[in-house]
Amino acid sequence: MMGHWIIVPVVLPAVMGAFTVLVLRNNLGLSRVFSTAATVMLLAVALALLVGATRNGPEIYFLGNWPAPFGIVLGLDRLSALMVALTAFLALVVQLYAIGTGWDGRGRHFHALWQFQLMGVCGAFLTADAFNLFVFFEVLLIASYGLMIHAGGRDRLKAGVQYVAYNLVGSTLFLFALATIYSVTGTLNMADLAVKLPQLPAGDFALIRVAGVMLLMVFAIKGALVPLHFWLPATYAQAPGPVSALFAVMTKVGAYAVIRCFTLFFPADLPATGALFADLLLPAALLSLAVGSLGVLGAKDLPRLAAFGAITSMGTLFVAVAQFTPQATAAALYYAIHSTLAAGALFLVADLVVARRGTGNLLRALPVMPQHGLIAALFMATAIAVAGMPPLSGFLGKLLVLDATRGASMVLIWSAILLSSLITILGMARAGSTLFWKAHAAEGSLPPHPAQPLAFVAVFALLAGLGTLTLAAGPVTGWLAETARQLHDPAAFIAANKLGAP
Amino acid sequence: MSPALIAALPFLGALLPGLLIRAGRNACATVTGFVTLLALIGLGLHIPAVLRGEVIRTQIDWLPALGLNANFMLDGLGLLFAGLILGIGLLIILYARFYLSPRDPMGQFYTYLMLFQGAMLGIVLSDNILLLLVFWELTSLSSFLLIGYWKHLPEGRQGARMALAVTGAGGLAMIAGMLILGQIAGSYDLSDILQARDAIQASDWYLPALILILLGAFTKSAQFPFHFWLPHAMAAPTPVSAYLHSATMVKAGIFLMARLWPVLAGTPEWFWIVTSAGLITMVLGAVIGLFKDDLKALLAFSTVSHLGLITMLLGFGTKAAAMVAMFHILNHATFKAALFMVAGIVDHEAHTRDIKRLGGLRRLMPVTFTIATLAGLSMAGIPPLNGFLSKEMMLEQAAHTPPGLIGLLATLGALVSVAYSFRLIAHTFLGPQRTDYPHKPHDPGFGLWAAPALLAGLVVAIGLMPMTVAGWLVDAAAGAVTGTAAHAHIAHWHGLANPALWMSLAAIGGGLVLLGLHPTLDRLWTALPRPEAKRIFDGLMEPLAALSRHLTAALHPGMLSRYLWIATATIIIVSYYAFRSGSHLPGARALTEVEPIAAIGWLLLMAASVAVVLCHHQRLLTLILIAVVGLMVSVGFAYLSAPDLALTQISVEVVTVILLLLALNFLPKTTPRESSVPRKVRDLGLAALGGLAVGGLIYALMTRDFAFPSIADYHLANSKTLGGGTNVVNVILVDFRGYDTFGEITVLGIAALLIFALTESLLSPGAANDRLRGWVSDTPDAGDRHPLMMVVATRMMLPIALMVGIYIFLRGHNVPGGGFIAGLVVAIALVMQYMASGFGWTAARQRIDYHGLIGAGVLVAAATGIGSWFAGRPFMTSNYGYFEIWPLEEFELATAALFDLGVFLTVLGAVMLALSSLTRLAVRAGQTVNTEAFDMQSELEAEEP
Repeated sequence: MMGHWIIVPVVLPAVMGAFTVLVLRNNLGLSRVFSTAATVMLLAVALALLVGATRNGPEIYFLGNWPAPFGIVLGLDRLSALMVALTAFLALVVQLYAIGTGWDGRGRHFHALWQFQLMGVCGAFLTADAFNLFVFFEVLLIASYGLMIHAGGRDRLKAGVQYVAYNLVGSTLFLFALATIYSVTGTLNMADLAVKLPQLPAGDFALIRVAGVMLLMVFAIKGALVPLHFWLPATYAQAPGPVSALFAVMTKVGAYAVIRCFTLFFPADLPATGALFADLLLPAALLSLAVGSLGVLGAKDLPRLAAFGAITSMGTLFVAVAQFTPQATAAALYYAIHSTLAAGALFLVADLVVARRGTGNLLRALPVMPQHGLIAALFMATAIAVAGMPPLSGFLGKLLVLDATRGASMVLIWSAILLSSLITILGMARAGSTLFWKAHAAEGSLPPHPAQPLAFVAVFALLAGLGTLTLAAGPVTGWLAETARQLHDPAAFIAANKLGAP
Repeated sequence: MSPALIAALPFLGALLPGLLIRAGRNACATVTGFVTLLALIGLGLHIPAVLRGEVIRTQIDWLPALGLNANFMLDGLGLLFAGLILGIGLLIILYARFYLSPRDPMGQFYTYLMLFQGAMLGIVLSDNILLLLVFWELTSLSSFLLIGYWKHLPEGRQGARMALAVTGAGGLAMIAGMLILGQIAGSYDLSDILQARDAIQASDWYLPALILILLGAFTKSAQFPFHFWLPHAMAAPTPVSAYLHSATMVKAGIFLMARLWPVLAGTPEWFWIVTSAGLITMVLGAVIGLFKDDLKALLAFSTVSHLGLITMLLGFGTKAAAMVAMFHILNHATFKAALFMVAGIVDHEAHTRDIKRLGGLRRLMPVTFTIATLAGLSMAGIPPLNGFLSKEMMLEQAAHTPPGLIGLLATLGALVSVAYSFRLIAHTFLGPQRTDYPHKPHDPGFGLWAAPALLAGLVVAIGLMPMTVAGWLVDAAAGAVTGTAAHAHIAHWHGLANPALWMSLAAIGGGLVLLGLHPTLDRLWTALPRPEAKRIFDGLMEPLAALSRHLTAALHPGMLSRYLWIATATIIIVSYYAFRSGSHLPGARALTEVEPIAAIGWLLLMAASVAVVLCHHQRLLTLILIAVVGLMVSVGFAYLSAPDLALTQISVEVVTVILLLLALNFLPKTTPRESSVPRKVRDLGLAALGGLAVGGLIYALMTRDFAFPSIADYHLANSKTLGGGTNVVNVILVDFRGYDTFGEITVLGIAALLIFALTESLLSPGAANDRLRGWVSDTPDAGDRHPLMMVVATRMMLPIALMVGIYIFLRGHNVPGGGFIAGLVVAIALVMQYMASGFGWTAARQRIDYHGLIGAGVLVAAATGIGSWFAGRPFMTSNYGYFEIWPLEEFELATAALFDLGVFLTVLGAVMLALSSLTRLAVRAGQTVNTEAFDMQSELEAEEP
């Protein structure tokens, strides 16, 4: 049993964030040391939780020792443990990048906000209470806003306002959804909802359907699903590189929330809702594939290209999620791990390029940049990963998604995924050709730039993660298949809540 | 050596050239060649077993859930192709060592080449079609790098991208085809699929799978209508052209058709699609090739034509034709690779590949001439060379395959082929010696001509002794393709009755005539309009890119109003759809009476809200109206018996209005008019719809009872007994759901840090900072900046306000109050001091840093939660007890109060940090800082010089 360790991924960054504000706020060096140490510890705890969740099955942590459904509970299962571990790994690597490039010193409170961001993301992954999920959406939203506008600048602040305003619409909608759910069912505990919703009187069906779709749209905003994705391109393109890289996991929060809520208490066999959510999710996912991949091909600069790449990958992910079958969910999870690491790597490479070239512009060739060859190789590798080409895990992930797709819409889905892959490949090839090949034909030279080895170590670490995911695809998918099975048969998770026990 | 290791060796070896280039170019080339040689020896050791008909396998589980396993097998077909890949690869490595100029990065070249070699070996040795797909796409990627190797040349970059686009698209189609194939067969292992011929051909999905797989094969092997990319890929260095575009990669599609021949071939669909594509490609490629002046372009189209020939043979679907196909693959690889290398040598020596600028090289380059002639005559199909053997066998197969048009067109293809082959030899090497070569050519060193010479030797050897040199290999490959033992009978003379003899003769005669007519035809050809592949391709790609650019830009103009409009409309439509498509019963609760006082408040709220919309251009007025709305909401809470909420709301209102007022000071006092009338109408409609929807939803919710017993009952029942407080709202906030509060105070704290960080970025050098410096207040200041009355009043109120704050804090657990409200009240008391006496005076008396207050608050709250671990309880488990200390009455102490202290500190710190950040803006904007408790603006101005 993991016991108190379950809440450590929330409390540890919260304490470290507060501590940094209280004691270390004027000392960048010490902030770096403590913050990195905290993230290392977070990763260690997350891995321990992963092992624990694998061995013990779902476990519930009763906050304040209040019985469910009356208090707030945290839920540790394979899925939440996986997402926390993924977050911790990405955060650690990207944090090293931020330190290595000096991004963290270009504004105030970087490390405190970073820790608070981790608190928010981990809290969202671990909670098993619908309202508490809202709270942690708020934590991660405000912290991400802070990180997004880190280091300031006109365009960045403008994008930041759009980001926060758009997401506040999402927060408001979240409240509407929760109010509706609570007013109809009288409960907010996810497992309790799973027990009660199937018994709902038919006269309440319409209202719970409204609540369900509102919840779905809240998560779709977080997951940047077209047509609720509009906050993403400018945000990801304008945010500091390492922050965009960390944000790769933020869209996954939306995907995670859909998987969690719509397998646990809004499953496909619920009489009140049935196939409603799948019918809405699938067209939106296909639309995201189109908008995202065309955006990759039409992007004027590299960070925007990466941003649209993120939208495409969310489209692929949601296509799998929308199947709501164990096989497709397992495929979605594999692809989610892959696309988090791949998108993170692409944003870091984009930042390397922008830092050396002075601009991410893709329409104009500039001379060869410092560390040209190495960065070109890294771009090639990340482009392969993002486009889903072999030999990296994106290809395997796409094969898994395609293989898991059956039924009437198979032809449509296959065409959409394969066509979007092609367009992404074309866009990546264009971008790489201008950035790295045409540069050899351009006159002049770019100013020198410090080598920043730590930054490259970070990118290599992400690529190593992708490589591991590829080579260990067999064991990983086996583990994920069991994860998906537990999600679609949540009896153990519900039982762990000990609902109604005194 | 296992097949898996053979395929892995080049990948492992790909690391070496990049490293060893530091040791020199010879070391680099040697080690690359050594790795290839090692793999070739490993392959060679298996020859006896394969010839015995054994299939050597390695099986490694990779992704069993999908059926993607790293299974490799080596059979006759694999042996033929792997032998070509490694054998010619070795020669290319040798050739490239002497071909690349000192400016070309050689380590990079060999690394790419080895990656490509590994990918190709992977394709031909895969025993799993998904694994094959992995390698298939890898060849596209590595060839992209090789074609674009000369990065500074636009042709190289464009050719690389075109090749990637075409072969990549085909590869993606093939993914779909392979998945379908595997699903029909129930396995992705080739060994299983090859057994499932009947199931596959009977399936409804046979035709889609066939078409998708053929798309992959045709694009890769440059079959009509996908042939256009290959000539543009010739921008690559010649070793790449010789390797990829003659001997190996373009044969991957052929290989795939041969590999799947047992299960896909033999149906009418297969026959018509594959045969006609092959036939058209063969004739078309030959005709275009005849009119190309660039040696490499001529050879490229010749390659297209020969690939068409092989495709056609596979399309026939007979075992004999499949065997001829295998034989021609071998022959074509030998003479075409040699010719490409010759073209490279000519280019290298004469500095041009343009046939019209060449001619008469025979005496200047005798060795090259000999090699070119042998290989060229073989390409033309002149006996006794190997090209003759397979071409005649091909003609025989074509003659025996109805309809008769096939034989006719095949003869035509052969005829044109003779013409361009002779043209290549004659116009480059024969004729009078010229004086205007760009560079005076002579034979290159041995290193450069060794490889093509060896290949030319093979051309002759196979031609003279076909059964000895190649028969066994062809048998093995054909046996693997057809699944039955094959015995080739290759001979030069089949008797006069053989139609192929006459077709061959016709081809040679006609070819010579055609060559004679070439100058005339060439003028005609040049005058004719013909589709230019590159222009068509660019004509497709550029608009697609431009369309993407425009669509993306049009869809994402960076206008928040548009984004929110779409989001709101989506939310309303989807929610409405969800509601309408579900069953709904109105709620059972009776409506309450409308009391006059409530109605007045409601009207006031409505009026203020509407006024906000009407007056929003005047920001100050808007702020006041918003305050009215907030006030009415507070009153509403109080009226509806929610005193805690009312208290919280009203203190929040006060704080936000003050902070907004301070911020407004630096902003224009009016909002510009930006919305057009249609947009206003749209927004009005949307707002009305949204308002109605939310109103309707709330009405539906408030008029019904919970479907199940609510968790609130538990909270009400246990607030005192288990939570130790009679104020249920507060117990919920700090105990039942204290964890939510913990999250929310963190949000508040972060928000304040954010305001600080934003201020910081505004104050750092930049446009915003300049604007602040140059800021001139657009409203007249009051002369009396810190009025005496206010200073005195706030001083007197401070201790009272602090006491009220502490009181509210302490009583919170049982009656309305608590840390949140207390924090706001104290903050207001302190804000008043700032307002009365100014920043400088107040800040000088402030001993606690506000950042620290926030940090401390969150830490105290977290520490309270962690404290319960030591009692063995989960995070945030509360405890309380009653104590009696003289002279006080009995009182309660609860850990929840400690948590509430954290809330208090965070709220206080957050508000104050926001205030001080705004003040820093004011200072930067030129406002003076007073150190005295009160001053007069006019006095200050008078003192300044």
